Amino acid sequence: MAELLAVRDLTLGFHTDAGLARVLDGVNLTIDRGQVMGLVGESGCGKTTLARAVLGVLPRHVTDISGGSIRFKGRDLLALAPDVLSREVCGRAITFIPQDPYGSFNPVFTVGTQIMEIMKWKSPRREAIGWQAGMPALLQTYPAERRRADRDAVLKLLDAVQLPQPEQILRKYPHELSGGQRQRLMIAMALLPEPDLVIADEPTTALDVTIQAQILGLIRRLATERGVAVLFTTHDLGTAYEICDAVTVMYAGQDVESAPTDVFFTRCVHPYTDRLLASLPRPDGKVAGIPGEVPSLVTPPPGCRFHPRCDSAAADCRAARPPETASGAGHRVRCFHPRVRAAA
Amino acid sequence: MKTGWRQALSKFVRDRAALIGSVIILGLILCAIFAPYLAPFPDDVYEFHTSNRLRAPDGVHYFGTDRMGSDVLSRILFGARITIMIAVIAISITVAIGVPIGLIAGYYGKWPSDALMRVSDIFLAIPQVVLAIAIAQTLGPSIENVILALSATYWPFWARLVYAETRSVKNEIFIESAIALGAPPWRVMLLHVLPNIASAIIVRTSIGMGNTILTAAILGFLGLGAPPPAPEWGRMIAESREFLPEAWWYATAPGLAIFLVVMGFNLLGDGLRDILDPRIRRAASREE
Amino acid sequence: MRRLEIIVSRLAWFVPTIVGLLIIIFTISHIIPTDPVRVLAGDNATQEQLDALRKEYGYDKPLPIQFINYLKDVATGNLGISIFTKRPISETMWHRLPATLELTFAAVFLSVLFGIPLGVLSALKRNSLFDHVLRVITVSGLAVASFWLAMELQFLFSMNLAVAPLNGRISGFGPDPITGFFVIDSLLIWDMESLRSALSHMILPAITLALPAAATIVRFTRAGVLEVINSNFVLYERAMGIPWPLIVWKYVLRNALISTVTQIGLIFGVFLSGAVVVETVFDWPGIGAYAVNSILQSDYKAIMGFTIWTGAIFLIVNLITDIAHTLIDPRSSQ
Repeated sequence: MAELLAVRDLTLGFHTDAGLARVLDGVNLTIDRGQVMGLVGESGCGKTTLARAVLGVLPRHVTDISGGSIRFKGRDLLALAPDVLSREVCGRAITFIPQDPYGSFNPVFTVGTQIMEIMKWKSPRREAIGWQAGMPALLQTYPAERRRADRDAVLKLLDAVQLPQPEQILRKYPHELSGGQRQRLMIAMALLPEPDLVIADEPTTALDVTIQAQILGLIRRLATERGVAVLFTTHDLGTAYEICDAVTVMYAGQDVESAPTDVFFTRCVHPYTDRLLASLPRPDGKVAGIPGEVPSLVTPPPGCRFHPRCDSAAADCRAARPPETASGAGHRVRCFHPRVRAAA
Repeated sequence: MKTGWRQALSKFVRDRAALIGSVIILGLILCAIFAPYLAPFPDDVYEFHTSNRLRAPDGVHYFGTDRMGSDVLSRILFGARITIMIAVIAISITVAIGVPIGLIAGYYGKWPSDALMRVSDIFLAIPQVVLAIAIAQTLGPSIENVILALSATYWPFWARLVYAETRSVKNEIFIESAIALGAPPWRVMLLHVLPNIASAIIVRTSIGMGNTILTAAILGFLGLGAPPPAPEWGRMIAESREFLPEAWWYATAPGLAIFLVVMGFNLLGDGLRDILDPRIRRAASREE
Repeated sequence: MRRLEIIVSRLAWFVPTIVGLLIIIFTISHIIPTDPVRVLAGDNATQEQLDALRKEYGYDKPLPIQFINYLKDVATGNLGISIFTKRPISETMWHRLPATLELTFAAVFLSVLFGIPLGVLSALKRNSLFDHVLRVITVSGLAVASFWLAMELQFLFSMNLAVAPLNGRISGFGPDPITGFFVIDSLLIWDMESLRSALSHMILPAITLALPAAATIVRFTRAGVLEVINSNFVLYERAMGIPWPLIVWKYVLRNALISTVTQIGLIFGVFLSGAVVVETVFDWPGIGAYAVNSILQSDYKAIMGFTIWTGAIFLIVNLITDIAHTLIDPRSSQ
């Protein structure tokens, strides 16, 4: 499979009252075309920050990007001018399914207005019909011919995300819809521009448990049907297992291990991943926690940030961050003392 | 709690608006107290020197002289006393009426809150200035009547404010638990509700002082304030009207005095709001 | 339907509120230490003349009766005869209202025209030099005494620079009244000379009135934009690459204006009380100047007339504000 997104050595921090919080530390992440990649980690491990860095929506004034690159289809997004990024990549080649379907709709506009606004700027038919290059954004109009075509596409996709009576739904305000309906709309809006990559940032955390599975299944099915790659962040390994092709694990702003899903759940070697899998509730109801606390990002431990909690840690773990080593096809791990497993 | 106040204090010093505001207000208070010593011609407040009238500012009369030949600067300094007295007494009465009514109506709800809403609706149905003018004129021009007119028309704002704050605090868990533990209503109101709405009251007091000084100046300007020859700032501006454009200093000086003092209270109120109001503070810290 | 409910309940309270207002005004005007009849009759009037006058104006009856009679009159639109001008108060009010409204609308126009864009810009460029300068200006605008500002503007632009008229509403008699609004009337009959004169007379009082209102609008718009700009839907719109100017001026502004609109009632109160003072300084022939004259002459029927009118205007504006609020915020009509 061809490489679609390659994050390399991404290091960034946020200026806070307590000092610079080193939120991402030399992070690597690779997504192939059409691949559903799960980005797994505890809250505060930097997965949402990584997702927002790719989308280019980090708060400008407090973010300090000190190194690395985000290459998407051969272009470095970090080197792109903000207006080019916003026009050609955001919402077009990379789209977004947010965590919070309640707050992510503008409360005072109808759902239809908001969907059609996205289509006006991001429709795949934009270049073909009614391209008003050089006109200020506030003055650009929506050519009626493209509007009709786009509206047909919207209605078709609302049907595909199993929203009955799409015409009525478009006339409603966000507060008149349920959380599940809103998230289905968000999925539709993410797919309408026919992107190469969808970033889904914990898309089910705000929803009822009963709806979560439906939404997850929907994302997985539509991604496969359309050959769209998905970067799916979650703190729930079970979810990742169900819908992802591959999983990358982060701990305290560092990527620790990345592997195809089947390999990941059977042959992971990083001590943190190991503990993470062990912490899943077992059939006998026992839960094995990870001793110790997540470190402060303002004064993180040197080297591998997991070493204070790791029972395999040695002096080299404190001295430097382990390099990325291949441990099989598509399986990369960052550890000096990986678990040794008998070959399956 | 202690560190909270210390934090607020250090924020206060860093907040330039609040600092400038409190310096201005401190200056006003000092002017009022030491007016007899600061004023170059303290006797001019009640003495006339008609041969000396309408002199432009110079090294002797920094702000010139008025139509009676009195030193404008001296009159402004003494005027600070009237301004402070009116504002402090009027706001005290307003708070003394508005806060208990708002507290009780907000705490009990039901008919006390309905009654408050309807009565304050009536008062709020016309602008405060208009009603204050009507009352002040009816009672006749004097400082006491100005104070009465100001507090009679301003308390509904306060009752509404305290009412709304009380209502929003009342459903907090610590209040509900205090009630559940059987604390008598007056105790809950005084020891639990009041401390939690105090910051809103403090902020509003500062801004209300500025507002009251402006309204009092309007009454003075219309001839409804302290009768002459009291050096009331609004009245001084009214007197100066017929001497424009020649005696420009005559109107400019008291106008600037009003402006400065109201500005001081507004800046202080704004600064206090940033420091004390947790809701706004949170919004500010969310700024990118 | 909640929208209808709001309107009905507002209207239902309209009459009791006005009556309550009248009770307050009636009470204060009857503790007047000066006897209006004596003022009217002059110092040399005999007791018989005084009694006759008292009977003529209905002052001989007990206060509650006087009040009920007054209410009856008000209900039929009769506000009584002014003791001093000897003309019906309603007629004078109708005659003078267009002047006040014209000035007020001009001030609303100015304050919205400048207040909203400046508020948005200062929120976007928060903590910049622009934001700080604007903050100083808005705080000043709320601190300045309107009558003093009016006089200083007259001093500067009328007396020294002579670029604006000193006072009044128009030079000469003005266009024949059709609507009573000089600007509209002169446009209707295409009288450019009158239009120019009306506008030049209007500019200084309108600025005086608009300044504190514009300052209020700037502050509320700024706060509203700041509150909205960090919300999740703005993050979503940015992530989806919607052009930034569109996010700000269409999507953020619409949300931010909800809090500004709820302040319109308050701002209108600023205009009405400002009009009283500003009309006096600029000799603007509106109801504000009339009220001040009536007050200074203890013409209490005229004061009551003015109070009813102001109260009615203010209540109607607040009613419109509530309706506007339910219109622009779909969540409120649940």
